[in-house]
Amino acid sequence: MFAEFLQFLFSGLTIGATYALAALGFTIIYNASNVINFAQGEFIMLGGMLAVYFTDAGLPMPVALPLAVLIPAIAGALMARLTIEPIKGAETVTLIIVTIGASLVIRGLIQVWLGKASHGLPAFSGEKPIRLLGATLMPQSLWVLGVSALLVLALWYFFNRTLTGKAMLATSFNRVAAELVGINTGWVLFMSFSLSAGLGALGGILVTPITLTSFDAGIMFGLKGFVAAVVGGLGNGLGAVVGGLLVGVIEAFGAGYLSSAYKDAIPFVLILFILFFMPRGLFGVKITDRV
Amino acid sequence: MMMTRRYLGLYLVAATIAVLPLLIPNGFYLDLVIRMGINAVIVLGLNLLIGFAGQISMGHAGFIGIGAFATAVLPTHFGWPPFAALLAGAAAAGLLAAFVARPIFRLKGHYLAMATLGLGIIINIVLRNEAKYTGGPDGMPVPPFTLLGLTVDGDRQWYWIVSAILMVSVWASINLMNSPFGRALRALHGSEVAAQVVGVNITRYKVTIFVMSAVFASLMGSVTAHYVGFVSPALADFGHSIELITMVVVGGMASVFGSLVGAVLLTALPQALATFEGWETVAFGVILILCMIFMPRGLVPTLAARLGGRRP
Repeated sequence: MFAEFLQFLFSGLTIGATYALAALGFTIIYNASNVINFAQGEFIMLGGMLAVYFTDAGLPMPVALPLAVLIPAIAGALMARLTIEPIKGAETVTLIIVTIGASLVIRGLIQVWLGKASHGLPAFSGEKPIRLLGATLMPQSLWVLGVSALLVLALWYFFNRTLTGKAMLATSFNRVAAELVGINTGWVLFMSFSLSAGLGALGGILVTPITLTSFDAGIMFGLKGFVAAVVGGLGNGLGAVVGGLLVGVIEAFGAGYLSSAYKDAIPFVLILFILFFMPRGLFGVKITDRV
Repeated sequence: MMMTRRYLGLYLVAATIAVLPLLIPNGFYLDLVIRMGINAVIVLGLNLLIGFAGQISMGHAGFIGIGAFATAVLPTHFGWPPFAALLAGAAAAGLLAAFVARPIFRLKGHYLAMATLGLGIIINIVLRNEAKYTGGPDGMPVPPFTLLGLTVDGDRQWYWIVSAILMVSVWASINLMNSPFGRALRALHGSEVAAQVVGVNITRYKVTIFVMSAVFASLMGSVTAHYVGFVSPALADFGHSIELITMVVVGGMASVFGSLVGAVLLTALPQALATFEGWETVAFGVILILCMIFMPRGLVPTLAARLGGRRP
């Protein structure tokens, strides 16, 4: 009984860590520009697919993996420059649609270039399971959890202790005030897209040995990352991390105890309940609108 | 004078519908035109919601799925007459929309997108998983449409049926938009608070329009199911919802004739690109982005403004 419980918890936390990284991506961009980036999932896919492509091409892991993070990060900045900057300040519907357009372009290009097949990566440090209180833990899960935890710490440091990070935070609080004190908010926009894309790509790479990846894998990852960000209260960094882990764990328990066929529906049922009963998410603050 | 102007576009649509069968060279194009008509009706309904009321629905294909599968499942497994199944589907979609609308429409912008998206995805997953009734991911065949002993048969008949539905929808949309209800909706899009202050019951209007567009979608889902003779859960997936939003946006938000233009162009596009697999997705994406950057109001309103200011 307990072993089973622990097993579901492990797999939930592992997948939840990826959702958390995706949710952080949503949060960073939302804070910098008020945009919900529906292309976030595509960067997760891009990371995994590029890692597969580069390792298949014969590059060693230490070269292939950084490349698979760097290229999506550049793609993210490019997306901000080409699609978001020209329509800054547009209506929510317009912004949502532009990011959907970008996601279709990325997904389509990868489909044309690398085909429709599913791909995997070898686990980073072997496939020998670790036994723990009757449950088994794959070494790759430790990689996912460990790297995600490090990333969250690094992000905290970046936003709270470095000038660049503080400038980004300041922009999210009040764009005009940030511009008045000399922050280049256009640059903050590129930075936020680049950072989010890189984060997503890294998550995608880490999880590929466990879940496999394909050109359309980004859709569900992105949507669940969005669910996680909303669960945590849009724009709240800590909320995004907790939301991601929570969504992952609830999904794993739902799949284990209720119905594995409905695994993918569970995050969406959860989000409907949360929106119905606590419309600002679990950690969202109450805001009032200016008319 | 006003009346003729208002219906000018409607006459145009009627003329096109009457002339088209003489020009269509073969069955392939007839099929394409019928699917354009079906999409046009769905997009009209969705445009009422997105364009006029300013509320995005990212799960609209879910309602199409409800209609399509009601039409497939109820006659096949429970012996319902097709017309009753069609009505049951529409009622189910309408009730579901009404049930979720109240809590959903307290939300704004991104939260609203999330909620409708979640709803659509849940419907799609249910259709995929209840294989005992729905055939699962592979889908299932649909019996032909019969009413009072008559069976609809052949693409020619479907052409006239879909045309008739389209005419009624266009007529109803034009009238709706020029009614007090339509003015209230547009006020809602302009400023919700201002609309509320002058006495518009915003929640009731939003719920009504959401339910209406869901019923439109469900009915056309049933029509699609009968016309194609086969349904699959892909009808209800996220990608299909996005396609419909693309049609609204490209044709022109808040424009009745924009809806028609958007549906026609983007139903034809995948055919034109069919030989380039994958590029179809890229093309959709590029069109969406360019459209939002260079003519955020969409084709028809932008062209109309350029050609002399009168809104079609």
